[in-house]
Amino acid sequence: MDLHLTTAQATPDEQAAVDAELGAPHSGWSGGPRHIEDDGHAAFGGQQVRAERHRLLPALHAVQSHIGWISHGALNYIATRLNIAPAEVYGVASFYGMFSLSEKPLVVVHVCDDIGCVARGAESLCKELESKLGPAGSPCMSGRATWQRTACLGLCERAPAALVSAAGKTPAERVLAPAQAAPVVSLLNDAIEGRLPKEPDTLDTKLSAPQAGSPQLRLLRRVGTVDATQISGYQKHGGYEGLRKALEIGPEGVLREMAASRLLGRGGAAFPTAKKWEALHTQRHLGRKHYIICNADESEPGTFKDRVLMEGDPFAVIEGMTIAALATGAHKGFIFLRGEYPLAGERITHALAGARQSGMLGANIMGRALQFDIELRRGAGAYICGEETALFNSIEGYRGEPRNKPPFPTQSGVFRQPTVVNNVETLANVPDIIREGGAAYGKIGTENSAGTRLFCLSGHIARPGVYEVAMGVTLRHVIELAGGVGGNGRLQAVLLGGAAGAFVTPQELDTPLTFEGTRAIGATLGSGVIMPFDDSVDLKQVLLRIASFFRHETCGQCVPCRVGVVRQEEALLRLVSGKTIGSAGDEVSSVREMGQAMRDASICGLGQTASSAIESALQRWRLF
Amino acid sequence: MVLLWGSNARETHPIFFHHVLKGIHNGARLHVVDPRRTSSAEWADVWLGLEVGSDITLANAMGREIIAAGLVNRKFIEHSTSGFAAYKACVEKYTLERAEQETGVPANVVRDTAHAYAKAAKAQICWTLGITEHHNAVDNVLALINLALLTGHVGRYGSGLNPLRGQNNVQGGGDMGAIPDRFPGFQHVENDELRAKFENAWGMKLPAKRGWHLSHMFEAMERRELTTLYVLGENPADSEADRHRALKLLGGLEFLVVQDLFYTKTAELAHVVLPAAAGWCETEGTVTSSERRVQRVRRAVAPPPGVRDDMEIIYDLARRMGHDWGTPNSEGIWNEMRKLSPMHGGMSYRRLEELSGIQWPCYDESHPGEMYLHGRLWSDPLIGPRAPFSVVEFDPPVDRLDESYPIRLTTGRRLDSYNSGVQSERFSSPLRHGESLDLSPEDGKRYQLKAGEKVRITSRHGSVIAPVRFDSGLRPGLAFLTPHFHDQVATNDLTVETYDVKSGTSEFKATAIRIEKCEEVGVRSGH
Repeated sequence: MDLHLTTAQATPDEQAAVDAELGAPHSGWSGGPRHIEDDGHAAFGGQQVRAERHRLLPALHAVQSHIGWISHGALNYIATRLNIAPAEVYGVASFYGMFSLSEKPLVVVHVCDDIGCVARGAESLCKELESKLGPAGSPCMSGRATWQRTACLGLCERAPAALVSAAGKTPAERVLAPAQAAPVVSLLNDAIEGRLPKEPDTLDTKLSAPQAGSPQLRLLRRVGTVDATQISGYQKHGGYEGLRKALEIGPEGVLREMAASRLLGRGGAAFPTAKKWEALHTQRHLGRKHYIICNADESEPGTFKDRVLMEGDPFAVIEGMTIAALATGAHKGFIFLRGEYPLAGERITHALAGARQSGMLGANIMGRALQFDIELRRGAGAYICGEETALFNSIEGYRGEPRNKPPFPTQSGVFRQPTVVNNVETLANVPDIIREGGAAYGKIGTENSAGTRLFCLSGHIARPGVYEVAMGVTLRHVIELAGGVGGNGRLQAVLLGGAAGAFVTPQELDTPLTFEGTRAIGATLGSGVIMPFDDSVDLKQVLLRIASFFRHETCGQCVPCRVGVVRQEEALLRLVSGKTIGSAGDEVSSVREMGQAMRDASICGLGQTASSAIESALQRWRLF
Repeated sequence: MVLLWGSNARETHPIFFHHVLKGIHNGARLHVVDPRRTSSAEWADVWLGLEVGSDITLANAMGREIIAAGLVNRKFIEHSTSGFAAYKACVEKYTLERAEQETGVPANVVRDTAHAYAKAAKAQICWTLGITEHHNAVDNVLALINLALLTGHVGRYGSGLNPLRGQNNVQGGGDMGAIPDRFPGFQHVENDELRAKFENAWGMKLPAKRGWHLSHMFEAMERRELTTLYVLGENPADSEADRHRALKLLGGLEFLVVQDLFYTKTAELAHVVLPAAAGWCETEGTVTSSERRVQRVRRAVAPPPGVRDDMEIIYDLARRMGHDWGTPNSEGIWNEMRKLSPMHGGMSYRRLEELSGIQWPCYDESHPGEMYLHGRLWSDPLIGPRAPFSVVEFDPPVDRLDESYPIRLTTGRRLDSYNSGVQSERFSSPLRHGESLDLSPEDGKRYQLKAGEKVRITSRHGSVIAPVRFDSGLRPGLAFLTPHFHDQVATNDLTVETYDVKSGTSEFKATAIRIEKCEEVGVRSGH
């Protein structure tokens, strides 16, 4: 055993970045200059400082975005400021993909090489960048920038996608999608010279939500037609009518309507929303703090619906959360936003400020005795944080490792208090449900799958984007709505529900898109991903990319998943290279066994579904 | 609330501190009183960095503030204590301003801690050697007891006074009568009735007067009254405050027997060394933890050849002296103890096993033991005598600071080492850096020292050489050494032999020193 205690000190710039986030230190003991007259005989900290633990990720973000990486000195400084052991700060920082613990150029461009983007030319983009800038990960442009490959950026409708981030005094980000090599290079130049445009992206609804403007739309009806930056526009188009009615009918009324709507969660697990809310409502006299969390950590490869909603109609999410707060007795909400969503972050921040200004958040909302506010928290590049208990740990300032359930979040969630976690799309449904009544909503869709649903079409599809359809329409219908199969037009497979979903064959296109319909063919709606692949695509490579994604994203906490995802990728690599141990059949059955072990024994959904897409393909096609 | 006073429990009682941390994670408040900002203090809501030896001023000022703010537990004081009026008159002098002057701790911090302690629903005061290694050790303890009596934080679940014991079985040693004036179960040797009980049981006359404690023994050696010494599991050659004197006196004994697991410095001086088995794994018996819990110890492995159980050695010695006690049997000895010590009466081996240990007192086999002591103080009518307040006054350390000796040296232990190192030096530790004189960074600058540079440390009693290290937990004028590495730095050459007459404990915690740069080469380097 060897132990190194680092005595590295933060630079003045690093300290300034942290202090801008946390405020100035109170004494020499909490990181300020040592004044022996004040500090020699007394120090304060303890519970008060440890209650600030949840500010660890914002502090790490501050250093990353201002300095471009997080040195040991900066880690030590944050540790002192928050009274956390340096080893623990390191443990948290090293968990998250967006934090770099080794020195990096200020400007980094992340190029998506995930399955959706690869289907639309990501590999040739990467090759071109390699010839222009050198190999991925190496410094380029005289050491002032670098480029790197990344998993899905959630920009699949505009594939291939790239995201430029420029650290510095005024950090900036810029999305480039669809991306080509030459514009990427010129954007890098702009970034180096501090000339990135003020807006990180523009939402072009023609590209991202092709149905925009259609009168049948419900969830998407304001996207692209109403100014997403003005609360007045939102209010003119039905905004806050739901909350007004909710205040009239009270928490019990809201719960009644929600139950009548039969709304099931849109994050992937399809849990009845009303049940979660009720669980908090029934605990309202116990004197605990209730929280409502909007899970906006949309990281499932191929998923971008929540992003489009937040960019195009942010107030709907905020109104939905406020109604949830009324029903659940929550005093505080968090929107946990995926770190790689700069425009959504800007829109939400702006909308929160607007809502506060108009009395729609804070004390006495709409002049009534409702108090509620929302804090935006940015993720830091960890797929696992979409799992609700991992998300709690992340908000609290810990590694995003899932917790065992029970206790369930409604009993012991964030800060161990009763918590409701809802997906963005789920919450965006709420205002209309209350406004029109739950029964009206329940009439849309099928008996077991009420309402409309957003689907994310990408890959080989003629008009990619987010589509809203009533539950119950067939897969074929949605593909046709999006202009039919793209690429060479000859459909090979469709990935349903994302990397944690399943592949289906062209023969299964008449499956109704409902929870029960997909379950019947051994698939899932998951997060609403519909990603067709034409027959030019090598499915084996797609499976390898999915396997490598899970290997990268496992949190490593529980053995079945930590080991299983590695073994799964290794077996696939051997199968693809033909260097199998035993026969190909042996390898395939070992992949299946591994999948079973992960399903049975993993703590959370990541491990439980890490093999589902791969197994579904092995079952439907004789790939090896 | 936990008030940790004169203890760096995080390093010196890591298992106990692990329980404190559990409390902290459940929302408990921790206030730490220590001249150094230790790693325990890093966990504290408030650290009170008092001047070495000013504990009584701090405690009395807290008491005065608790009285002045009307935060005393009046009912408890009236029902269960005596001497409150005299105490109140005594602490009247200890204003917050005086406390700030004598302890250095800002008045408002003293005030806040007093209020926090008095108002807490449950509060514990835990202390160790920072309180007891002073020339007025007992007074220090009494000053803390006064605070508990004032607020009723004693004799209740979750509230109490906890001296943290230094070894796993120090409590057991005392309980079994390994103290100069007590038989097993704290029965006084000078009480004729109690002594008669033991004389009847053992069939012989026993001395009617108390014996000597360690400091007395050394004085008796000096007077040549004590010429033969039988040392079991102690290493006074390294652990005595005035080491020069200890070595001289031990070396001058007519006959010295050392019975130990290790070949200690003291064993090197002995005429006969009796290698002893390791109590925790090679013998049968019991141990008693800080919380008075008696637990069984079982033999897991046989001792190495030539090494014997303490019990067997003593039985054999008795036989040579003409008393055949038969074959040693730990349960038999324990049952004899249970007959003679009422507080152990109900602790059969069977019950100890079934209940995973029992906390004394446990008077009979239907008694579950007591989770906390002094519950009687809350009984109505009161059972037993009232608990007395004690009038204790500030009395600064004997070794005064002056121009020639301007720095206050205090001593303590580190996480990975134990006392004179006999038990811990055999194990490597990634944290261990050998001995160093720890100084504040400010003093480092003042004396123009670099980390690792060797300095000469001189006190009124001796002089040693040690490398310096900087610790921002220290303030200017405060230095720190451990007794762990006597071969490198003989810390106890420096310390004062003055001891508390009431407890016999030396004032290890307060020595006046000066330091000088030292360029000399050939100084023994660390291992």
